[in-house]
Amino acid sequence: MIRVILPPNLRTLAHIEGEVELQLNGTLTQRSLLDAVEAKYPMLRGTMRDHVTQVRRPMVRFFACGEDLSHASADAPLPEPIANGAEPFMIIGAIAGG
Amino acid sequence: MSNIRVLVGTRKGAFILTSDGARKRWKVSGPHFAGWEIYHMKASPVNPDRIYASQTSAWFGQIIQRSDDGGKTWNTPGSSPEELQSSDGMAKAESNKFVYDSSAETGKPVTTHQWYDGTQHPWEFKRVWHLEPSLHDPDHVYAGVEDAAIFESKDGGKSWHELAGLRGSDTGPKWQPGAGGMCLHTILLDPKDPQRIYVAISAAGAFRTEDGGKTWSPINRGLHSQYIPDPNAEVGHCVHRIAMHPSRPNTLFMQKHWDVMRSDDAGGSWHEVSGNLPSDFGFPIDVHAHEPETIYVVPIKSDSEHYPPSGRLRVYRSRAGGNDWEALTKGLPQRNCYVNVLRDAMAVDSLDPCGIYFGTTGGQVYASADGGDKWKPIIRDLPAVLSVEVQTVA
Repeated sequence: MIRVILPPNLRTLAHIEGEVELQLNGTLTQRSLLDAVEAKYPMLRGTMRDHVTQVRRPMVRFFACGEDLSHASADAPLPEPIANGAEPFMIIGAIAGG
Repeated sequence: MSNIRVLVGTRKGAFILTSDGARKRWKVSGPHFAGWEIYHMKASPVNPDRIYASQTSAWFGQIIQRSDDGGKTWNTPGSSPEELQSSDGMAKAESNKFVYDSSAETGKPVTTHQWYDGTQHPWEFKRVWHLEPSLHDPDHVYAGVEDAAIFESKDGGKSWHELAGLRGSDTGPKWQPGAGGMCLHTILLDPKDPQRIYVAISAAGAFRTEDGGKTWSPINRGLHSQYIPDPNAEVGHCVHRIAMHPSRPNTLFMQKHWDVMRSDDAGGSWHEVSGNLPSDFGFPIDVHAHEPETIYVVPIKSDSEHYPPSGRLRVYRSRAGGNDWEALTKGLPQRNCYVNVLRDAMAVDSLDPCGIYFGTTGGQVYASADGGDKWKPIIRDLPAVLSVEVQTVA
């Protein structure tokens, strides 16, 4: 089971508490993971990636296994601990005031 | 007896204040959408329980929320289970999708505007500043956005399409952002002519369509702005707000960056009516519900000092449509007050006597149940108030 941690504002928007759990087949990438999150919670479309370009929003960042993957290719395979659920994929709002 | 519902958008959520017609005791509901900026909420005049809200965040973008029960429950339009999936199985939520129209079919595409330094800069969608529901159809609603453009939805907010003729007019590349960004913040629908709409943009000016939004013309003749290279330019004026009484849609009142202005020919020409105001800088302007020549402004000291002159919060009322103004101070702080009142943060109810409401960046919402003679805070410790709308409901 793949685990995803959303920032609090997006959990509120999606009416969920705790982690998101996903069951996915095939190679796990940022793109396939985010596609699955959006399919499960369509109100999140456009909040993490641009609606049209699918580019990460500037003040959203992606972390996995202690590494910043915000600038990694959306189609690169994610680390095995993310794919097997040992570690969560973290979606974080940039710390920039607020 | 009618009831009053006040819709308050703040930097950190939405609040709904309700009272009976006496307007003395208020119930507070909220925060709704806690932690998000709520730029504006407004209800359909056709179905008063249909309320649209602009929920926005620099981090996570734009969300449109809709209530069909007067603000008790909310949802993102189009989020019912049967509407969520497209034929290819992908999520289909598009209520927060605002994409500028650059197609050749809908007019001359404009892709850049003037930046602060005078260079051209790409149009970039940031947020919805103002939602204006149609006077005739609860599913039809307009959105004024930053970077400046007008969108409309005809399906209750599920999907949005730009009325591209506004940006496609020849003046688009000359528009520039003000301190708050390049926002389309005012949309006025003519109750006597469904094809006529007025909008205002900071800092471009006012515009009017006579064909339901296909084509637009600037209506800025008579505006004079010392802070731009050509003070009498066709566009480039920092209009802060326009107001209209529904019985007289040809008469418009404007609070400009500096100057309070008036037009009696549907924006064809403007003349200044600042008169004896202590400062003619300000943001909101509104019209009494039953007296089309009675108007209200909140003078602010200057374009860099966004607080009331002398630390005294005063609403100014003119019963003559401008020029001759009286200070309204009873119940408002008259010392050490340094809040601002933003452009969408003043509204009137339609009871008799007319109620006037405004919210401050200090989190107070003040109300007068007697046309402005006396004021009191109906709530006073909210996050900074971005917008105030008022409904008079059965």
